[in-house]
Amino acid sequence: MSLGQGTAQTAVTLSAVSLAGVSKDFGDVRAVREIDLTIAPGEIVAFLGPNGAGKTTTIDMILGLSHPTAGDVSVLGLRPRQAIARGLVSAVMQTGGLLKDLTVRETVAYTASLFADTRPVEEVLADAGITAIGDRRVGKCSGGEQQRLRFAMALLSDPALLLLDEPTTGMDVEGRRTFWSTIRADAEKGRTVLFATHYLEEADQYADRIVLISQGRIVADGSGAEIKALASGRTVRATLPAADTAALAALGGVDHVETRGDSVIVHAKDSDAVARYLLTQTPARDVEIAAKGIEEAFLSLTGHDEGANR
Amino acid sequence: MSTLTLDPEARRVPPMGGFNLTVLGIELRRMLRNRRTIVFTLVIPAALLLSFGGQQGWDDKAGSGNVAAYILVSMSLYGAALTAAAGGSMVALERSLGWSRQLRLTPLNPVVYILMKAVVALVMGSLAILAVNATGKLQGKAEMPTHTWFACAAVTVFCTLTFAALGVFVGYVVPGENAMQILGPGLALLSFLGGVFIPLDQYSDVVRHVAYWTPMYGVSEIARSPLTHELPWFAVVNAVVWFALFVAGAAWRMSKDTARV
Repeated sequence: MSLGQGTAQTAVTLSAVSLAGVSKDFGDVRAVREIDLTIAPGEIVAFLGPNGAGKTTTIDMILGLSHPTAGDVSVLGLRPRQAIARGLVSAVMQTGGLLKDLTVRETVAYTASLFADTRPVEEVLADAGITAIGDRRVGKCSGGEQQRLRFAMALLSDPALLLLDEPTTGMDVEGRRTFWSTIRADAEKGRTVLFATHYLEEADQYADRIVLISQGRIVADGSGAEIKALASGRTVRATLPAADTAALAALGGVDHVETRGDSVIVHAKDSDAVARYLLTQTPARDVEIAAKGIEEAFLSLTGHDEGANR
Repeated sequence: MSTLTLDPEARRVPPMGGFNLTVLGIELRRMLRNRRTIVFTLVIPAALLLSFGGQQGWDDKAGSGNVAAYILVSMSLYGAALTAAAGGSMVALERSLGWSRQLRLTPLNPVVYILMKAVVALVMGSLAILAVNATGKLQGKAEMPTHTWFACAAVTVFCTLTFAALGVFVGYVVPGENAMQILGPGLALLSFLGGVFIPLDQYSDVVRHVAYWTPMYGVSEIARSPLTHELPWFAVVNAVVWFALFVAGAAWRMSKDTARV
């Protein structure tokens, strides 16, 4: 750490979320392994990774729903449960979390009564656009209406940090757009948002910063453009029996080399150099060069690079 | 980058772990809207009283009242126990729906949540007792001194806590809304065994000795003691031990469950 960063930290920039060496084991399964992460106030951060990468486990620890096996979690300088008790943190769940036999208004009033300070129930209902269905039983509401109710509940205490687990699952394109413009407007007022997703596209479009997580580790952390650049490159495929994989891997800009029977597949940023080498230095034939799709790039980052990028 | 405008320490924590009357009001309204609860709470115990209470010899002397009064106290215990058990089983149901997890995202203390559920169970139990007593009054057969009516009702309310705990325990063991299908017939069986519906001296020695060990026996003796002025020591032991067992069972299942909140 440079000296400049050290002095910046002493100037009381309270981080919204701070994870230091956080690990979580479930028996023999190491769900989260030594994650270090600091999120500044007002940032919109995407937690991107495949299912089972450790996203939900990490979010549960930030919410104080579970305790890390090792390491420290702090939220706005407080223990997670203290932050929850003050209404500073809230979260929106993907499914469930509602009682079907309560009305929409009762659900909001019930939740509001548990906080020391909340916004008025009617105002929150109006903001979420659910005043008209206030007297309807939750069980009779559509999926979209229930989702709006969950947001209303999460925003009751005017939280400084909002956690969203796969927030737009099941929303249509229009709903998704409206949802994110609301979230962005809130973030401009200083609210920090951390959302988990397994869609690179969604992370890229709506987050200031993407934290890529795979097998319980952070494998990349940066802006959407940076993450895409990491995952960029092309695939060169050729027929080359007994390929010298070590020589190929030693070429500049080569990420990964694999062989399948007589074929060799090279993932590289500089595909020209690989092709030139294959055609001039080896008896390779049938050379194909293809651009990697965004999802494929994502898979190569989260699937193969276990720990290698750290 | 924008700076944080609020001071986290300036935000307040709610008093009493989140205990409040709004939640109690909503929970009660919710119970009273449920047709099933109303049938269990108000209709069945009153109907049982009308069918059992008119049996032969209802006006014979029993303690400081008559046999009809004895039956009335027993039926109000049964009604209140059933109601409290129904309330208790909702804890597990709410957990399976993810509501408990939702509540964990609020300042509500989990112990306060259980406490509020217990208060709701007590209020609902009181309603059941009130329904049976009002029916008994209208029927006009039960006779006992007024202070005995009140003493029996008050003692019965607290006896129902045992069954609220049983409800929580069974709710966890039997998932979903099926808990009441076990609790309903189960409590009826225990009530027969425990001498709530039929006095124990009508049973054979073998059955009676089994009955002394069952959970309804102790509380029914306690609930009727202001009327009968009799309270065997083993009935008190029975009530205390079963209460402790059910609370321990409920706590055990709940703590096992918190791992996945």
